[in-house]
Amino acid sequence: MRGSDYIIKRTAFAVVTVFVAITLNFIIFRAAPGDAVTGERCRNCTKEFKANLRKELGLDKSKWEQYVIYIKQLAHGDLGYSFEDKQPVAPQLWGPLKNTLPMLALGTAFSIVFGILTGVIAAWRRGTFWDRSSVLVGLGFYSLPTQWLGLMLIFFVAPMLSLPSSGISDPFLEFTDPGWWPALIDRLKHMVLPSATIGLVIYGEYTLIVRSAMLETLGEDYILTARAKGLATWTIVRKHALRNSMLPITTLIFLSLGYIVGGAILIESVFNYPGIGLLTYDAVFAKDYPIMQGAFLVLTVSVIFANYVADLLYFRLDPRITE
Amino acid sequence: MSAELPAAVSQPADLVRAGGGYDAPPPARRTRLRVWKVIREQPMATFGAVVLLLVILVAIFAPALAPYDPREKVGDVYQPPDSSHWLGLDDGGVDMVSLLMYGARVSLIVGFAAAAVAMLVGGAVGVLSGYFGGKTDTVLMRITDYFLVIPDVPLMIVVAAIWGKSLKNIILIIGLIYWTSTARLIRSQVKSIRERVYVKRARALGAGNSRLIFKHVMPQVAPLLIANTVLMMAIAIFAETALAFLGLGDPQKISWGLLIENAFARQAISLDAWWAIVPPGVCVAVLILACTMLGTALEDSLNPRLRVGHLSVKRFRLRPLVGRMDAE
Repeated sequence: MRGSDYIIKRTAFAVVTVFVAITLNFIIFRAAPGDAVTGERCRNCTKEFKANLRKELGLDKSKWEQYVIYIKQLAHGDLGYSFEDKQPVAPQLWGPLKNTLPMLALGTAFSIVFGILTGVIAAWRRGTFWDRSSVLVGLGFYSLPTQWLGLMLIFFVAPMLSLPSSGISDPFLEFTDPGWWPALIDRLKHMVLPSATIGLVIYGEYTLIVRSAMLETLGEDYILTARAKGLATWTIVRKHALRNSMLPITTLIFLSLGYIVGGAILIESVFNYPGIGLLTYDAVFAKDYPIMQGAFLVLTVSVIFANYVADLLYFRLDPRITE
Repeated sequence: MSAELPAAVSQPADLVRAGGGYDAPPPARRTRLRVWKVIREQPMATFGAVVLLLVILVAIFAPALAPYDPREKVGDVYQPPDSSHWLGLDDGGVDMVSLLMYGARVSLIVGFAAAAVAMLVGGAVGVLSGYFGGKTDTVLMRITDYFLVIPDVPLMIVVAAIWGKSLKNIILIIGLIYWTSTARLIRSQVKSIRERVYVKRARALGAGNSRLIFKHVMPQVAPLLIANTVLMMAIAIFAETALAFLGLGDPQKISWGLLIENAFARQAISLDAWWAIVPPGVCVAVLILACTMLGTALEDSLNPRLRVGHLSVKRFRLRPLVGRMDAE
């Protein structure tokens, strides 16, 4: 396969996946029994009012027509109007998304660095105390319910380190109009605990994944050859094993992005952090379907996009793809 | 004629034996013995099996074991632990120990049932895809790929919010979202089993597809499928606590996830009532840990694709990242 073929193939896959996500989004929300007008939303409405509202929302058309209209609106960046405040959905998603991204990036970066470190050491020192304890610690963090770990951090760590455990910035600080430096420090302080929660939870998973991937590479015949050649253990680990393990590790890290995004919803509702997760959480409570639909779409498309980037990265990492 | 027949029939079997025992399917009894051996000899697997068994027993005998009724108010709101209430009372003045015992029921039911749904769907997709190959494989694996990329928790939340809060919905949602990894694992296994000599021989003798699948392929995949189900239970229980925490659980059914949610929503943290919020989380974590340890140990021992590590002092058998490795 030529390089351009590979890129075209992966691009096509990403585009089709986005399309599948959009369709799924449509089916889930429109195939549900009842619509925005029936049920709890409009208990005391008159028949005429319901009919008018249906017409206004386009619910009187056939499902296929609705689908086409939905796609057309999406193409124009129109995600509909929130049930709660009747404002367009799309602009409401940007602010929270901007809050969520640095928080998740911080946590993920932490877990990638430390996950690879302990995973490599565990695989290298297989069967020793280090291996066993890092597997146990990894399994332990992997088993903790995300939201509960967040609550535990609020309960035990926040008072100890006097870190804020709710919100994204100090409301009193905002009034005093500080310079950008104290404001940034304040932001970071609010970010520590949510980031630590997501970081610790996926750190456990990454350690286990890196360890398995490393162990598998260490089982390859070329490792035996390298050892027979008399290369130093460290050289074998670094140059022969880790470099080849990076391929499955990259894939699995990007595959776990969906899980991280899910964790964001739980963590932001624990820490009351005004990101896209909290927006989703609030929309679920308020039964605000357009917001839910929009947030789901944004989350899904960002994960698909990240996976697409991973595919392109893979292209750089693995020269065999073009063979 | 009748004297020659046995010799003629036994010849291929001898050939297979001589050519390597690898191709002969291990009898079911040997698999069972191996499972038992893993549980007995590996500390992690022993721990997992014992904890799982304990939780199951507590869940079954909850009415007999629980000191109080899980709906009865027996004291003050968030009363701290004392000799009669080991873990204190919750936000409604209900005994936490009793709540935890009854909560084990729902958490286990969701875990088992959702894992069973995932196993059925994933197993079916995996077997069909791996066995038939070709176009069936391409189509089914494409669908699996799409499901793999779409983030699970947001999808669950959206579906749960629309379908409504009930235990049945939660089980279905979790089961229908997490079948992808099972499908991939089973597919890669079936693909290798399909190529083995004894399967080819059975086909040459005229066995149809359904007979081959149910008689020759399924028994070989079944143990791995069961190990995978134990792992899936951990994920399902995790997902249930997440859904319950987001207020999408069945509010009538006491589960560990619901207990965490209740304590969080009713200010257990600002009231310093650690006993309402720490124990349910510990229960979930220990159960997930137990399922993961048991499932991984079983999968390790039942997976034939094992290799040997070359860098260790001792020789260890290694587990490839099956199912996740062949994502592309």
